[in-house]
Amino acid sequence: MSTHTLSVLVENSPGVLARVAGLFSRRAYNIDSLAVGPTENPDISRMTIVINVESHSLEQVIRQLDKLVNVIHIAELKLAESVQAELLLVKISATSKNRFDVDAVLETYGASIVDEGADYMTIEATGDAAKISDLLNALERFGIRELAQSGLVAIERGSGSLADRTLSTQSIPTADSGQADYQN
Amino acid sequence: MSKKMSGASSLVQSLESAGVDVMFGLPGGAILPAYDPIFDSKIRHILVRHEQGAGHAATGYAQVTGRVGVCIATSGPGATNLVTPLADAAMDSVPMVAITGQVPSVAIGTDAFQEADIRGITMPFTKHNYLITDPKDIPRAIAEAFYIAGSGRPGPVLVDIAKDALQKETDFVYPKELSLPGYHPQLEPENQYIKDAAALIAQSSKPVFYVGGGVIKSNASKELMQLAELVGAPVVTTLMALGSFPDSHPQHLGMPGMHGTVAAVTSLQKADLLITLGARFDDRVTGKLSTFAVNAKVIHADIDPAEIGKNRFADVPIVGDLKRTIAALIPAVKAEFAKNKADLTPWIASMNKLRATYPLGYELPKDGSLSPQYVIERISALTGPEGIYVAGVGQHQMWASQFVKYENPRTWLNSGGLGTMGYAVPAAMGAKVGAPDATVWAIDGDGCFQMTNQELVTCALNNIPIKVAIINNESLGMVRQWQTLFYEGRYSNTSLDSKRVPDFVKLAEAMGCVGLSCERPEDVDAIIKQANAINDQPVVVDFRVFRDAMVWPMVAAGTSNDDIMIAREMAPDWDSQEL
Repeated sequence: MSTHTLSVLVENSPGVLARVAGLFSRRAYNIDSLAVGPTENPDISRMTIVINVESHSLEQVIRQLDKLVNVIHIAELKLAESVQAELLLVKISATSKNRFDVDAVLETYGASIVDEGADYMTIEATGDAAKISDLLNALERFGIRELAQSGLVAIERGSGSLADRTLSTQSIPTADSGQADYQN
Repeated sequence: MSKKMSGASSLVQSLESAGVDVMFGLPGGAILPAYDPIFDSKIRHILVRHEQGAGHAATGYAQVTGRVGVCIATSGPGATNLVTPLADAAMDSVPMVAITGQVPSVAIGTDAFQEADIRGITMPFTKHNYLITDPKDIPRAIAEAFYIAGSGRPGPVLVDIAKDALQKETDFVYPKELSLPGYHPQLEPENQYIKDAAALIAQSSKPVFYVGGGVIKSNASKELMQLAELVGAPVVTTLMALGSFPDSHPQHLGMPGMHGTVAAVTSLQKADLLITLGARFDDRVTGKLSTFAVNAKVIHADIDPAEIGKNRFADVPIVGDLKRTIAALIPAVKAEFAKNKADLTPWIASMNKLRATYPLGYELPKDGSLSPQYVIERISALTGPEGIYVAGVGQHQMWASQFVKYENPRTWLNSGGLGTMGYAVPAAMGAKVGAPDATVWAIDGDGCFQMTNQELVTCALNNIPIKVAIINNESLGMVRQWQTLFYEGRYSNTSLDSKRVPDFVKLAEAMGCVGLSCERPEDVDAIIKQANAINDQPVVVDFRVFRDAMVWPMVAAGTSNDDIMIAREMAPDWDSQEL
């Protein structure tokens, strides 16, 4: 079993998330996380999908995904060749007694306080899965009341852009008839 | 040039622009605006009696003509009645466009009257689908739908249109070009893989052509014949490929799979190379996958890259249109043969011996009653290979695949992947509309027939004179066969009593058809001839056959192809074969 991060450019059209999620569900592929958001191009959204490949090959998952008409491009982002981050919001118990200890932890992980009260604080942190996991471990002793975590988002290292390289503006003549023999 | 018109008129003009000449449908509230311009259109609209009939008719039309079949229905139940035909078309890669009405856009999501999320429902088994709420999007959606349905690996596309989008005024402009950034079917095979495949073919001493329905979709029968005769290897044609290569050809070993011939099944098992053309290693062909063709290398050519490696590793994957792929393989193989060619003589001899030793056959019922296999054999003999044969699902389907002699592509239609009982009558209707000069026989079971026979009314009223042979064994025969073999003959809920009720002759007559009945072997030929002579009315023949006939050979589900049985508890005599 291995984990892979796929960056999937999709048309920004209604239903596309359902199409992708439905495909994973009906073909029994395991999703660890899925994050969707806009890209620099308003017509295109990016889905970052972390999958666990067990009984299916990564290749098979990619090929099935690629059959969806709204899916424009799929790239695997390897850890070494990409920047990957998750967002964590975590509410912990905090009193005046342990404030100082919490601050020390937050400093170590570059996390910040985004909301606080007499007996709690809500912390925001970003980073890769390992860092987020370590931070949570470090915060555990203060008492975690609630947490919300995003799926992983990732982007290729270097100056290039996936969209630039892959988006063709190739168009298909409809000929005179939709009944044209497209195959031969 | 744009013209002002309603969304409904825009829809109908788009369908005309897409080249549609016929569609099968049934109106209702949400689609009603579209039916007004349909009234004036040059497109022939055939009013069905159930939307499922419209869907299968579109499939039948598409399979016979190679064009995109079209069906149309209203929202809610009209649309959900299309679900089975859409799933069926997806499994068998049939090009089809379904148009459905949807409740007005403001009502979507409110559980309005006759609202169903048909786009959501059909996502898993359409190649693509649309929900249109703005009339200006109609022409583009229709143009894209036809392109997507008919290109690449064909499949069904659904276009759901909100009622208000049909009613509003819009500018009609049919797009000259389409932009589908995520859809680029690869038609041209890669040269390197063609070369690799040719090299494997030249080295192989036990090759088999494993031919699937893709050869028919891509109209590649002529190319297949050239390549097959060049290589000289045995050919097996799957259930979806019958007719793509003539049954009468000396290289043809028959159909592989659960009810395939001993020679076809064994050739795959013993081969050292599978030349797989437009087939998908379905479980009904492979049997237990881990024991399938264990010594064979695999060349897998398919237009759908996701099929390659899905069930079986491909040593040489070739993505592309099969007609082009096979055409490219011919010179590449010739070039390899000029250098070397393995001797196939012992392999061909052993396969020919198997074919001669274990031909398809059947025992006549000892009580003198009518044999279902005999009936089907005679329909084939008296109608000929130019006829079109359409089956439902079950024993009669398997017998029709075994005992009709196919010589031409697009003459055998059945629900292969989904296994849809009730497919035959409406699909035969669509086939007859697509090929009005051909004799179209629906070979149906008494169970299947009772699911969709209402479309005979449509046939009778619209001058679509199909013929239906009901292979009436008064049971859900295939299920009964499994109960015989695997459930100690406990026939739970498989007896239909359809030799008593309904009276199929009267039912046929009530629907405006000629109804005939046949119970004695000596009457079979005369009745088939009588049916074949009627061309102005649909004909239904109730063939009242022996109840306990079984389909053989058989590879039981989940077992290995090596365990093929030629009759109950009877395996081929492997010791006498040198393989």
